[in-house]
Amino acid sequence: MMKINTPKKKRVLRELEKRAPKLVETGKKTLILQGLKTSNVLNSVLKEIYHLKRDSSVRYTRKNDNIRPFESGGETSLEFFSQKTDCSIFVYGNTSKKRPDNIVIGRTYDHQIYDLVEVGVENFKPMESFKYDKKLAPMVGSKPFITFAGEGFESIDELKHLKEVLLDLFRGEVVESLSLVGLDRVYVVTAVSSDRVFLTHCAVRLKKSGSVVPRIELVEVGPSMDLVVRRHRLPNESLRKEAMRISTDGLKKKIKNVVGDSIQGKIGKIYMPDQKIGEMALPNKAKGVKRERREAKLKHSEHAAKKRKEDAAD
Amino acid sequence: MEAENQIQVDLGHLLAFDPYHHFASPPKSREELVTECLRAGTKLVQAITDGLFNLSATEAIEGPLVKLPKPTTRLPREKHLPRPKPPTKWEMFAKSKGIQKRKKNKVLWDEQTDSWKRSYGYDRVNDDADVPIIEAKMTDEPGSDPFAKRKEEKKKRVEKTEKNRLQNLKQAAKVGALPSHVQLAATALPITGTQAAPKKITKDELGNVAGLAATATASGGKFDKKVAGEKAVKHQGKHRKFLPAAEGSGMGNREKEQTDKVLSKLMARNSHEILNVGKAVSMYNVKKQRDGRNQKGRSSFDSSSKLKPNGKPMKGDKKSPYQKSRKGGSHGGGASRKGKAD
Repeated sequence: MMKINTPKKKRVLRELEKRAPKLVETGKKTLILQGLKTSNVLNSVLKEIYHLKRDSSVRYTRKNDNIRPFESGGETSLEFFSQKTDCSIFVYGNTSKKRPDNIVIGRTYDHQIYDLVEVGVENFKPMESFKYDKKLAPMVGSKPFITFAGEGFESIDELKHLKEVLLDLFRGEVVESLSLVGLDRVYVVTAVSSDRVFLTHCAVRLKKSGSVVPRIELVEVGPSMDLVVRRHRLPNESLRKEAMRISTDGLKKKIKNVVGDSIQGKIGKIYMPDQKIGEMALPNKAKGVKRERREAKLKHSEHAAKKRKEDAAD
Repeated sequence: MEAENQIQVDLGHLLAFDPYHHFASPPKSREELVTECLRAGTKLVQAITDGLFNLSATEAIEGPLVKLPKPTTRLPREKHLPRPKPPTKWEMFAKSKGIQKRKKNKVLWDEQTDSWKRSYGYDRVNDDADVPIIEAKMTDEPGSDPFAKRKEEKKKRVEKTEKNRLQNLKQAAKVGALPSHVQLAATALPITGTQAAPKKITKDELGNVAGLAATATASGGKFDKKVAGEKAVKHQGKHRKFLPAAEGSGMGNREKEQTDKVLSKLMARNSHEILNVGKAVSMYNVKKQRDGRNQKGRSSFDSSSKLKPNGKPMKGDKKSPYQKSRKGGSHGGGASRKGKAD
């Protein structure tokens, strides 16, 4: 025996619908958490990432000792948190002697670990250490420009993977239309060497230029750090294929055989298949109602009547 | 001009990638590195804004609004694509019969009350339960209540629709296309033979499973490899404590105490007397002393009722301690009294 449970409150219903899988996804939430040991640098890094992504991220401040993303058993906690908070990117910070100031950025698909990138943070400069005109400060939640520069991002596997993950992390909401007034921040990522990447966050200043397109000026405002790629795990092929699937429902279907203009209106061509009339089955009619049968019966009865008369006469 | 063609711009993500950028010489200082990176970044953002401001913009209150093109870089989804719902039983039937959906009005005109009433729900048009008079048909048996009958029929109809709804949802759940706000929960135990509902295992039980499995090994699971996060096996069952092999004799001789305890237990069980001799003796002595003190002249020596002679057969050849003390007591008591009187 099964019972159907539906939420009794509209608020719960709205939350459940927000978490349901959608055809077109509008942006991932980020979960920021830490391990057993964190350093000052790591604490401020996690704090700044949280502030940069304020509306779409969740920060956990407790220590978690059973999270080991790269080990087979240590991902269960992460998957549970991902399910609980509905976050599909997580940033996990931890410090150890072997890996100082370590950050693991990972993504989940259907609340299962999809891929991981482990980077070390060096030369971190927090937001407070930058002096700039306060009017330029970017607004929270605005859609950022993201730029990658360097040949390493094409040639080296780890950097390619890091590029994809950073794009996903900093992307912000997926929108169809954008207001050109609200463009005020950019994440500049440069490949310095084969394993080192320089990341900084700048405010964008649009200056008047001769044409419609304004001239760009960058002012460093936000945290800047060096990321040293340590380990990474790519998704396995089948999972990647499934995650990259696009549905064909939303795509517009090409309309064939229709032409039209404003004078003539819409004109379409209809192609009719050959109707084999001779071989078509007749509609269901009761046996006794068919004309041939009726006529045959009449004839038969006349014939029979004639015969009887003849017999009677004989 | 040539450099611009080499920058890959994805307007859907506001992304720009320059795959040909490299440091002409390794930067000597941090500031040089930063300025070089900012320079490259400025170039890239300029490329993006070039493309962005050339899109057709509509005017909104805050400023120009631009419709972004679809992004070219593909990123993995966070959840699976929504699975199509399987058709319900009614939908399949309607398809096979060619029944089309008709648009129904929410309110209908009610002739009786001359008002607009809703077509379903509270206070609806043509409510089956509202008719005041039901005319009797020839097929009706006398004594049956037509109103109750109508109620029964309605109840049956409602039950049927609920059952069908449950079946449809189960079908959808099988495919994985259950609507997000619905959950199916098992309420009762299934009949044997059908698919059993999974039993809910508590957290403690789950923790003990490894311990249960460990008892199957010869070493009791002591050397089994533990999974990350697994707690040590909790000791189940009694532990036996053994006394040391060699111990001196004397006051704390535990083995002697143990055997004495066993012996006295056995004796107490097998002896037929109900009397606790030691206790009786001490009680008598105390009483005697008290009486001796309270009543100096009087002889309250009435001990025969309580005190009976008995001999403990097993305790060597000693006579019963009572007997000894009685004799001694009488003498001693008398002697003491005498002594006290004087």
